[in-house]
Amino acid sequence: MKFVATLLTSLLLAFPAWAEIDIQEIATPGGFDAWLVEEQDIPFVALELRFKGGASLDRDGKRGATNLMMALLEEGAGEMDARAFTERTEELAARFSYNAYDDAVSVSAKFLTENRDEAVALLRETLVNPRFDDDAIERVRAQVESSIRSDLKDPNSIVSAAFDAAAFGDHPYGSSADGTLDSVAGLTRDDLTAAHKGVIRRDNVFIGAAGDISAEELSTLIDDLLGDLPETGWDMPARADYALEGGINVVPFETPQSVALFGHEGIERDDPDFFAAYVMNVILGGGGFESRLMDEVREKRGLTYGVYSYLVPKDYAALYLGRVASANNRIAEAISVIRDEWAKLAEDGATQEELDQAKTYLTGAYPLRFDGNGPIADILVGMQMDGLPTEYVVNRNAKVEAVTLEDVQRVAKRLLRPEDLHFTVVGQPEGLDLPGQ
Amino acid sequence: MRIAVKGATLALMLATGLAQADTLPTPQDDVTTFALDNGMEVVVIEDHRAPVVVNMVWYKAGSADEPEGASGVAHFLEHLLFKGTDTLDPGEFSRTVARNGGSDNAFTSYDYTAYFQRVAADRLDLMMRMEADRMVNLQLDEEDILTEREVIIEERNQRTENDPGALFGEQRNAALYMNHRYGVPIIGWRHEMVTLDLDDALSYYRKNYAPNNAILVVAGDVKPEDVRSMAEQHFGVLPPNPELTDRARPDEPPQRAERRLTYRDARVAQPYVSRVYLAPSRNHDDQKTAAALVLLSEILGGGQTSKLVRALTFDSQTAVWAGAFYDATRLDESSFGIAVVPSEGVSLQEAEDAMDRVIAEFLAEGVDAAQLDRIKMQLRSQAIYSRDNVERLANRYGQALATGLTVEDVQAWPDILQAVTGEEIVAAARDVFDRNQAVTGWLTTPEEVTQ
Repeated sequence: MKFVATLLTSLLLAFPAWAEIDIQEIATPGGFDAWLVEEQDIPFVALELRFKGGASLDRDGKRGATNLMMALLEEGAGEMDARAFTERTEELAARFSYNAYDDAVSVSAKFLTENRDEAVALLRETLVNPRFDDDAIERVRAQVESSIRSDLKDPNSIVSAAFDAAAFGDHPYGSSADGTLDSVAGLTRDDLTAAHKGVIRRDNVFIGAAGDISAEELSTLIDDLLGDLPETGWDMPARADYALEGGINVVPFETPQSVALFGHEGIERDDPDFFAAYVMNVILGGGGFESRLMDEVREKRGLTYGVYSYLVPKDYAALYLGRVASANNRIAEAISVIRDEWAKLAEDGATQEELDQAKTYLTGAYPLRFDGNGPIADILVGMQMDGLPTEYVVNRNAKVEAVTLEDVQRVAKRLLRPEDLHFTVVGQPEGLDLPGQ
Repeated sequence: MRIAVKGATLALMLATGLAQADTLPTPQDDVTTFALDNGMEVVVIEDHRAPVVVNMVWYKAGSADEPEGASGVAHFLEHLLFKGTDTLDPGEFSRTVARNGGSDNAFTSYDYTAYFQRVAADRLDLMMRMEADRMVNLQLDEEDILTEREVIIEERNQRTENDPGALFGEQRNAALYMNHRYGVPIIGWRHEMVTLDLDDALSYYRKNYAPNNAILVVAGDVKPEDVRSMAEQHFGVLPPNPELTDRARPDEPPQRAERRLTYRDARVAQPYVSRVYLAPSRNHDDQKTAAALVLLSEILGGGQTSKLVRALTFDSQTAVWAGAFYDATRLDESSFGIAVVPSEGVSLQEAEDAMDRVIAEFLAEGVDAAQLDRIKMQLRSQAIYSRDNVERLANRYGQALATGLTVEDVQAWPDILQAVTGEEIVAAARDVFDRNQAVTGWLTTPEEVTQ
């Protein structure tokens, strides 16, 4: 079609408003740092807290303790048992959610301006005075165990578990943060209170807020909310060594469609080539319908509903992963096409046109992320955890623009290692060329 | 806590589309509506906080509007609309959106098919031009059809064939709807999907894709007068389809017999019991009954303080998870569901009995006033929270207008919800909880011992 070219020229001028997004850096009297985007249009605040370390802080033999602890924070605190707490939350129409991930635990809160103080007092109780009542522990333990049992029969979960275990062994990255049926069954109340003290603390917290609140109000709120947490806790995890080699590993599972997780080591978030790698991944398998993998595997051959690749710069290891799912008798072809694309980009690099397209996509998509108080609070915390300055939101697109074709070719050669590419396949795949067989 | 029992919740959500109480646009929504001369409806929702816009075209045609024997064609066509037109190469639509920094996608449901782009507000004109283009100028060849048919079959593999909960949901819905097309899965029955051809796709396209069968919803940093002039320029010039007919679908006959089914699959990790009852949906003439059912689903299974959860996970250790689900926004008769995932050592029969006891107790005791107040407070608060997500607002309007409601109905809905009384909720429950208009299903493993 003809009318695109004229529009492309104006693209770089499209988003001046985003340079004006005003991030306030706050240092509270109580010693916390927080970032705020004040936005008074809608009378509520989204507050995002993340405590670094996360489920990887689990002690030896206590896998799943951090996850269970986080799930129990909303199951009774201070004077309130689980029912009283939930009823109070509903009365205030506050929304709290607590989650555990590999590198952090998160607390996401939304509360109305009209009852902000009451809502924050409630939230504070969950962080500072969780009860860990026996009946709540048993109820939530049963839910976690149910979830683990489901994962054991879900191809998508099986493939992650198999890949992670082979890649990282005994490091926490090698197993699910939920824990195993055995480890969760063995967790005691003491394990949970220990995890609470070890993980939820002042020296590892990152804070972002967006919405109807001033810097002064937020400052007071944070000191009230977090001031009584312990200063420090468990030591941060060790670096994770990646142990997987290239090849294919099949986990037999009776189901019509095979699911594959593939990858090898990736690139650190603070590597000077990270941006080039990020742009390169959009070309290979990262962006919507436009990537080479989508084009070759789905659009041209109809081998899958979706195939994609993504950089995973974790705190203690960096991966470059991808996923695909195809019928058992077609997965072999999908894998072969993916391998070829991996090698082709490493050898021949990308074209200028592909690079230009990836850039316009990335620079255009970036401002679309800031689409609400919740997402903005998330982004503010993520930036702080990555050690980025507030100006990053203004400069980020310029960094994308600065990536040259030479950068992409260099990083493709460095990052893409077809011989190391490992596929873990769950299903009953046919016709796979398994090394050594 | 909100660790969902994966198999159960996923299956229920997929089976019903958007379950749960989806509520509350408010009078504060900055909403403007008008119609083009060719009959296309337009809804503009203003949100000037960020220079971003969501452009959506909703067709009042979904899987329940398919001809017999061609199940899945509505969804297949949705995929094919990303192929070429007279002026666009295959794939160029999405490529153009991406080049302009946007993202695009589409979805198909029983009652509608919708296409959308999220993009910088100054790209809206281009998005509309392309949507208008593919509304009438689609160009398909046999090769597009064959490759894309493989893709939707892999999509079915991924969503359904690989997921026992989804297979169970299909069987259950097929049993609930004896005559209506809601009993046929949106993605299609596999044996019919593999036969879909160019004629199937094009005849569905020509019948349903026209401005007088479409709704444009634009939300974000836009002015209504600008949207109007762009819409008139791009969509206004398209001729209406004079042969467009009413969406008359086969009605359900009187349902006189309780249905039960058990689906066994070795891949089931966590057995559960669910029951779906036929239930009215929101109608232009009557949203009140549906509002009562929304509140009923919250009271019975809407969260930690709901009746099922309290009785089965707090007061007893019968279940690890329990919930209720109701899709209020359908063109025809909807369904109301409840589900219980039993604890280890509790049989499905015991779980089902316990579920029925909770319902019986609720009908005998009526609505707890404090619980109803809390639920209504939460619904009111959504009026505030939902303004933060303009895309969700756009979805609400699109869904409602595609299922026979008006903008006024959408805007009256929050007040209708607030006005529902405890007595009305119990009355709605008594009407709906008729086992002769219901399917009770067990999803379990081959080994599960039944009683």
